[in-house]
Amino acid sequence: MNSTAPLGVGEHPHASFPEGVELDCGVTLAPVDIAYCTYGQLSPQKDNAILICHAFTGDQYVAETHPLTGKPGWWGRMVGPGKPIDTNRFFVICSNVLGGCMGSTGPRSPRTDGQGAPQELWGTAFPPITIRDMVRAQHKLVRSLGIERLFAVVGGSMGGMQVLEWAVTYPQMMLAVMPIATAPYHSAQNIAFNEVGRQAIIADPDWRGGRYWEEGVIPARGLAVARMMAHITYLSEEALTRKFGRRMRRGPAGGQGPEGPVSTFGDIFEVESYLRYQGSSFVRRFDANSYLSITRAMDWFDIAADHDGDLAPPFAGTAVRFCVVSFSSDWLFPTSAARTLARALNRAAANVSFVEIETDKGHDAFLLDEPDFDRTVRGFLCGVAEHAGLS
Amino acid sequence: MRLDQHLIADMIEPRTRVLDIGSGDGTLIGHLYRERGCDARGIELNMELVTRSVAHGLPVVHGDADHDLAYYPDHSFDYVVLQRTLQAVERPREVLRQMLRIGRYAIVSFPNFGHWQLRLRLLLGGRMPMTAVWHTPWYETPNIHPCTIRDFLELCRQDGYIVEKWMAVDEEGERAPWRRSIRLANLFGEQALFLLRRR
Repeated sequence: MNSTAPLGVGEHPHASFPEGVELDCGVTLAPVDIAYCTYGQLSPQKDNAILICHAFTGDQYVAETHPLTGKPGWWGRMVGPGKPIDTNRFFVICSNVLGGCMGSTGPRSPRTDGQGAPQELWGTAFPPITIRDMVRAQHKLVRSLGIERLFAVVGGSMGGMQVLEWAVTYPQMMLAVMPIATAPYHSAQNIAFNEVGRQAIIADPDWRGGRYWEEGVIPARGLAVARMMAHITYLSEEALTRKFGRRMRRGPAGGQGPEGPVSTFGDIFEVESYLRYQGSSFVRRFDANSYLSITRAMDWFDIAADHDGDLAPPFAGTAVRFCVVSFSSDWLFPTSAARTLARALNRAAANVSFVEIETDKGHDAFLLDEPDFDRTVRGFLCGVAEHAGLS
Repeated sequence: MRLDQHLIADMIEPRTRVLDIGSGDGTLIGHLYRERGCDARGIELNMELVTRSVAHGLPVVHGDADHDLAYYPDHSFDYVVLQRTLQAVERPREVLRQMLRIGRYAIVSFPNFGHWQLRLRLLLGGRMPMTAVWHTPWYETPNIHPCTIRDFLELCRQDGYIVEKWMAVDEEGERAPWRRSIRLANLFGEQALFLLRRR
């Protein structure tokens, strides 16, 4: 694959902001493109917009076939006509995060000189970004669509971090938020997993000090290993056991390893084969430097950072309605983190609902078929609409 | 809605802030929100009921009286309601203290262990009484802190809570006529309902 061609930049519908975005690190990143998709119709009063924030390796293609992978949208079962986030009723927006690689400005985008002439790609020179920076960029997009107040901001995992950042940074900008399978700060364990992924990428000789794009290669092995490891954290032990157990299959060489017919790695477990497939398909759609930038942004995420670790003050006086959702078998963003968040919101006297969905599917459950979760999303949004007097 | 929930709802002024501890399927907070314009929220331990409430658009958090009240700020509600649950919490006295820290008023209902049938069964049978209200055997009951109406009044006196209103009701929630006499209420009331406030 020709990896010097930025993954789809220019092919994805996007908004351009020549003035750029002022980042937490002090740098003004300019210009900035934000690629996005919308579904449904914005009402004449512009009061029915729901912003969906995607997870780490997700993108803006929520409910349509992905132009690069040909796969269905990642939340097509949640978003659409008659679905829990009903596009007959709501106008749904989802944008690729700042730092991403599906059309929004990120390490894979060309930088420009002072006169706006394109230079080489950002690569590892891309300034460090935070979740709040992503939200600032989304805020620009939302305002550029003429929307002064969102009906709701909804997202899972890293999307849930953005949701919380929205509620803290722009509390007047929405009626309700749904932080799903997320946490008010990235835990040491989560940072540790991210670090293993980053080290796998950096250790790949094809990473070339972050300038792999110069030589038309990608650190495919490192990126694939990072994805394989991360993918384990998205599943529960029960889910892995149910899906694969200890079943084996013929290895790629028909049971023959490099040492002949009797080999340690001739046959492989199905779970290994599955992870290898996940890894190899991931490197075709995700940029390694984006992986580094975004995982770092997650690591820095801590809603209470400016408040000596106290989670309640950032939400003080908020009029936003919260619905915190966790999943019982999610050990990456466990219920205990969601409960900490819900209790902090209670301390801030916020209007909060908190639901733990019983499931054995692990962190990924928010993307999968969970009828109780669907009912929760639909019912919460209906309740907010009822409370706001919207039909 | 159960009759005793109607009695509770009647104690609550319209357009006030209400926290219902043990909100069940959300019937009471739904009623208070939709019919009375209250900002009514719930805490419920049973996750199925939490999900059902939230799916009906009601703000309910998963939690319980013993562990989650500490996270609510002082005076953040006008009324804090505890229905038929006081006898089942780990620390009833602390729960009451928390309720009156969070709310201006506390509304508490509990099954009265002083009811004559219970007294009679223990006296004559010599076994832990089992009635329609107290229907689980001693080794399985969640009701670890049963009390009588007089016990409860004594705790209110000790901790300095003012009893604004009280009534004894039968199991169906009908108000009983012995409201003037505490001793009679303690003998004939199956359920007790109290409206308390801080001194």
